Amino acid sequence: MLNPISAAFVKAKQEKRPALLTYTVAGDSSKKQSLNILKSISKNADILEIGVPHNTPVADGSQIQTSAYRAIKNGIKVKDIFKIVKDFKKFDKNKPVILMGYYNMIFQYGENKFLNKCNLSGVNGLIVVDLPWPENKDFAKKCKKKSIYFIQLLSPTTTKIRLKKIIKDSHPMNYFISMLSTTGGKLKVSPKEIIKNYIKIKKINPKKKVVIGFGITEKTIDKLKSADGLVVGSAICKEISRSLKHRQNPVTNVSKLVTKLKSKIL
Amino acid sequence: MKIKKKIPLIDQASKLGFWGGKFGGNYVPETLKKPIEDLEVLFNKLKNDKKFIAERDKYFKNWIGVPTRFIKLENLTKHVGGAQIWSKVVSDANGGAHKVYNATVHCLLAKRSGKKVICGDTGAGYAGKMLSMAAKKFGLKCKIFMGAKDIARQQPNVKAMKKNGAEVVPVYSGSKTLVDAVSECMRFWVANCDTSAMCVGSTVGPAVFVRICGWSTSQISRELKVQLIDEFGSIPKKLKLYNCVGGGSSSFGFWNEFMDYDKKQCEFIGVEAGGPAKSKKHAAPLTYGSKIGILHGAAQYVNQNSDGQIEETESISAGLDYPGISPLHCFLKDTKRARYTAASDEQALEAYKLVTRFEKLRPSLEPSHAFAIAISESKKLSKDTVVVVNSCGDAYKDRGILEKRLGKKYVKSN
Repeated sequence: MLNPISAAFVKAKQEKRPALLTYTVAGDSSKKQSLNILKSISKNADILEIGVPHNTPVADGSQIQTSAYRAIKNGIKVKDIFKIVKDFKKFDKNKPVILMGYYNMIFQYGENKFLNKCNLSGVNGLIVVDLPWPENKDFAKKCKKKSIYFIQLLSPTTTKIRLKKIIKDSHPMNYFISMLSTTGGKLKVSPKEIIKNYIKIKKINPKKKVVIGFGITEKTIDKLKSADGLVVGSAICKEISRSLKHRQNPVTNVSKLVTKLKSKIL
Repeated sequence: MKIKKKIPLIDQASKLGFWGGKFGGNYVPETLKKPIEDLEVLFNKLKNDKKFIAERDKYFKNWIGVPTRFIKLENLTKHVGGAQIWSKVVSDANGGAHKVYNATVHCLLAKRSGKKVICGDTGAGYAGKMLSMAAKKFGLKCKIFMGAKDIARQQPNVKAMKKNGAEVVPVYSGSKTLVDAVSECMRFWVANCDTSAMCVGSTVGPAVFVRICGWSTSQISRELKVQLIDEFGSIPKKLKLYNCVGGGSSSFGFWNEFMDYDKKQCEFIGVEAGGPAKSKKHAAPLTYGSKIGILHGAAQYVNQNSDGQIEETESISAGLDYPGISPLHCFLKDTKRARYTAASDEQALEAYKLVTRFEKLRPSLEPSHAFAIAISESKKLSKDTVVVVNSCGDAYKDRGILEKRLGKKYVKSN
């Protein structure tokens, strides 16, 4: 069976648009609410990235940090995250889910046990922010055996030789970090420049899907729509924070935001 | 797991940066891979370059003022009535602490790589103060990340940084201490690695930073070795080197040149921060058996919960208030080359009182932890045992805390 992640790219391509990937933090602001958010956005998002909150996130900007700290404060544990995925999959079993987090959480859980749990709950892919290539080679192989995509991150600082090596070892999906920034930074390079770099990566192996993330908002998303997929994370986390501050319902507000994002890439 | 002889410990890491196969490494975002690799190439070249070493030594001598004193604490020795207690007064160094060695080397490297800005983290404020001094000296723009809690409790050093023209960025996330400052500094570097150099303030972080810092602070033991031979004619038969351990930069530097000696002749004792006597929180991952985890790019023993969230620490000394520990010390612990123990806040304060009562020496709260254990163990040791405590920081920065905890006379009397 085709990994639902690949299926989502096929569908988006048929509809002549990039896949829309959303990122929300598991347990933000509560277990129940984060599940409800996933359910409410799944009709518009093609792939759901779910953040595994960590309290020392060295690559995240303030929006995602705020979401992660809020989730941890409200008691989220790794086991709850698998439960959220499992419950979500009961609601929409074909929607691909990617867990994104830091390696220490997997390391403490145990790599094999973590992957088994991924299989049992229906996780389709993993992004581990601080486990770069070649350090991730063994773990990526383990993922492959479990039919889970290990998604490699590529950055503007990644050299051409390194890009080639990483892509050679990579699974069908890769993630291009648009600029030198933590998550949620202001887009400091032009979308044109980002697409130029993206094309360079695509040329190395056109078959591998490449999504672009970091700094994408409703204002910038339409200028990047020639990519295979686009990830919006911090803008959503910010919307949750804003809703909570104004005592509004984050579920409806996030759902509206994702609908709007989707309309911009059609 | 074994330590190799005749090879500097900093060079005993594997190709991927692991000591003993499991401590250290480079658990970093992809964006930092290239800048870290560039720094590795530069450092590996320069650390054996005679011209570069001469340049380093020139600044160490003329600007930092090495060698720092090695003195016998006669009165304290008499009072304790056991081993001879000596001190290596590293706080003599320009700026008042050992952090100046690492800061200077990082600025020299930054200059070589053409970077205009240098960013750094700080806990007690010494790493930040020294980096701001060195940055000013070498004409670099300087940005220091410091936890909001530490900014409040280490004001003299904050003032010094600002006076040196550095921008001090308060960090409000998490526990608002060193751990959060290091994270925020790494985030800044992720976003600015094309124009900025990063200085990690201790022997922590991705492997190359552990190595650079260890290489820099080893100046301490190079001097001590000469000073011991001058004083005793040879390295004493019973030598014990006590040092506080937070991230582990001063202790590693204090021990490095003695690594190949048998531990029966030359024992290393690392003293971690045990925190308040009545609190369960501490900053002593080695003493209290914390599990291996990943923090700030390296695998190490680290205070964490079963899920892998890093736990908050507590210590009276901002410089030791860190949940992790250098991979070098994890390696020294597991190979049993060094012994680690902890002193509580109260023990450190008592030691500070005792040292300042008997000697013209004013160790900051960090080395006061080492003095606490050195004094209590010295009582039971023979007179021919030479105990050396690294007084790696000066207490000027702690005057606010000391006045509050011990009263005005302990601040004024010195």
